[in-house]
Amino acid sequence: MAGATRKDTDGLNAAAAVKDAILAGVIALGIFGPLVGLKSEQNMRNELVLTTRWGLVAIIVGIVIVGRFLLTTVIWPTLRARKMRDKPAPTAAQIARRSAIAKWFPSTSLVFLFLYPAIVVSLVGFQGSLKWVDNFGIQILIYVMLGWGLNIVVGLAGLLDLGYVAFYAVGAYSYALLSIHFGLSFWLLLPLAGILAALWGIMLGFPVLRLRGDYLAIVTLAFGEIIRLVLINFRELTNGSAGISSIPKITLFGIPFDASPNGFAKMFGLPLSSAYYKIFLYYLILLLALLTAYVTIRLRRLPVGRAWEALREDEIACRSLGINTTNTKLTAFALGAMFGGFAGSFFAARQGFVSPESFVFMESAVIVAIVVLGGMGSMIGVALAAVAMIGGTEMLRELDFLKAVFGNNFDPDQFRMLFFGLAMVLVMIWKPRGFVGAREPTVFLAERKSISSSLVKEGHG
Amino acid sequence: MEVFLQQLINGITLGSIYGLIAIGYTMVFGIIGMVNFAHGDVFMVAAFLAMIFFLLLTTVFGLSSIILALIIVLVIAMVLTSLLSWTIERVAYRPLRGSFRLAPLISAIGMSIVLSNFIQVAQGPRNKPLPPMFPGTITLMERNGFAATISYKQILIWVVTAVLLAAFWYLVQKTSLGRAQRACEQDRKMAALLGINVDRTISLTFVMGAALAAVAGTLYLTYYGVVNFSDGFTPGVKAFTAAVLGGIGSLPGAVLGGLLIGLIETFWSGYFSIDYKDVAAFSILAIVLIFMPQGLLGRPEVEKV
Repeated sequence: MAGATRKDTDGLNAAAAVKDAILAGVIALGIFGPLVGLKSEQNMRNELVLTTRWGLVAIIVGIVIVGRFLLTTVIWPTLRARKMRDKPAPTAAQIARRSAIAKWFPSTSLVFLFLYPAIVVSLVGFQGSLKWVDNFGIQILIYVMLGWGLNIVVGLAGLLDLGYVAFYAVGAYSYALLSIHFGLSFWLLLPLAGILAALWGIMLGFPVLRLRGDYLAIVTLAFGEIIRLVLINFRELTNGSAGISSIPKITLFGIPFDASPNGFAKMFGLPLSSAYYKIFLYYLILLLALLTAYVTIRLRRLPVGRAWEALREDEIACRSLGINTTNTKLTAFALGAMFGGFAGSFFAARQGFVSPESFVFMESAVIVAIVVLGGMGSMIGVALAAVAMIGGTEMLRELDFLKAVFGNNFDPDQFRMLFFGLAMVLVMIWKPRGFVGAREPTVFLAERKSISSSLVKEGHG
Repeated sequence: MEVFLQQLINGITLGSIYGLIAIGYTMVFGIIGMVNFAHGDVFMVAAFLAMIFFLLLTTVFGLSSIILALIIVLVIAMVLTSLLSWTIERVAYRPLRGSFRLAPLISAIGMSIVLSNFIQVAQGPRNKPLPPMFPGTITLMERNGFAATISYKQILIWVVTAVLLAAFWYLVQKTSLGRAQRACEQDRKMAALLGINVDRTISLTFVMGAALAAVAGTLYLTYYGVVNFSDGFTPGVKAFTAAVLGGIGSLPGAVLGGLLIGLIETFWSGYFSIDYKDVAAFSILAIVLIFMPQGLLGRPEVEKV
């Protein structure tokens, strides 16, 4: 056995590696040759014609050949050698450092999150802060909240829900319609949207309780699509694909954020700026997300939370021990949906506009990806995954300097989702268990020990 | 009666395309228990490959026989799509085999995003219309000014689907490749112990699924005459729905499910409302699964402790 692996690591057979790299190049040529090399474009008479880009194909194939050669000759042998080497047992200092990080990381990041708008404003001023607070802060926090909400269903209860965006849509449309038609305020509609979404969660939960695994996944996916299609086609109520616009803004205990005499800026004698509203929204979504986290952490210690995790680990054992699996699944669905509804009504108020375009399957997929990439069930992991994936793709919008390299026709924005998808694949291959796979148990004998990720089940449903 | 006949013809046409894609989902699920979310996008890439080679043959090489061009296009699309699917399996799924259940699913969703955005970047976001092919129709029945017709394109789709399904059936049931594939589906460990190269068999499953998706893509392009980078999602989800409806893991079930979804969709748009045709298809899926959780032709799942 050892001999065989030795041969693998040491046998840097250059000829074989070259052959392998050339084979990879041929495959790349087969795939990229027609799709990149022959671009179809419409001419003046609306006919498709082909233009060729063989130079680009040559570059791609070259990159594949060199990359494959490096992988087989340098990168894989090094990785394998590192794995073969016995890991020295962590010293006491290392263990102490690790547990200190685990202990201090949540509270320091929380302090940072509360100071974030102040830091940004002091660095780039009110006008410059708009982008950082809105596009990064609020956007990421919405996904953190959605990730934490779905984490209850997927991470704790182990039920794969691919239609989570439906509840987000229910929340958004409840706020949009009720505030426009009845003039109700955000603070009244926020809980209402949550309750409505939870009701939808129960309505979906009932019929699918008997389903397991991928059947559950496809029915939830179908449910998400049904909600979106109804939103598109029920034009009398939802205005179809055109969406609903001019949704009222949120007020701070009755103080509106506008230029009127009793608006926020006038009231406190501040110069007019749209940044106050954004900063207010930032703190609001931060608090909503923290509420989600707090409720989840507390629930994990209650019987229902323990029942969720027991359900994920072994449904049959769970049932044998007298746990009502029906109620357990329904509460998971309802609570997850409720937080989705909260996030949805916040989203509608922030955008001022909702349309079915915002609630496509890709959104559900992104949220599921955040939960899985984070390491199912880990709150910190989910938050980190949301920061990495959403923040990372938002960063790609800032790549205008690439225009200097590739010429003015180069639009980095269209590569954003391409990189997003690639990152999903690469992270999964690198860490199939997600960023934070280990768990801290809520019940323990004598001392609290973290559970290795390989011992945590992912549920059947 | 004419309306019924017409919807039946349209439904079977659409259903055969769904059925061809559904086989790819059901075979991959049967052998490694994974939902290959990128399969719908593989179908879309196949339609693009067909479009590009059709243009290449007719405009650049000046081939005048459309039938000949389509046959060549079909073969090239099948080969290149199989190559693509093989590569995807090798790069994105094989490293995750034996890992936990959701990892390959997320990797597949990532791959689906990659494929559709790659096509958007490489070929542009606009619709790609081809000149209409085989415009003629045959009138089957006519009364009160409404005629039930079948177009040459539809006949072509039926014939190609039937021939390829028969060939595929032979491959799975009668050849040693198919036997290995079915053996791995029943028990991978046992098959490996008996000397079957499991990795190769799984790759082969992806290749077969992709080849049928390429047929579906080429037929889709011939039927609608237009393709867009986002066209993978909806047919993909419907085909997956079809696979689950028929009983995931069952090959006849996939074809049956595809036909059913196609028929439900066309009949619903013919008799009720075209807006809600997808809602009807998805609702029927949910209803069928609630009463028959294993699908129409699937084997019931045995719960073991």
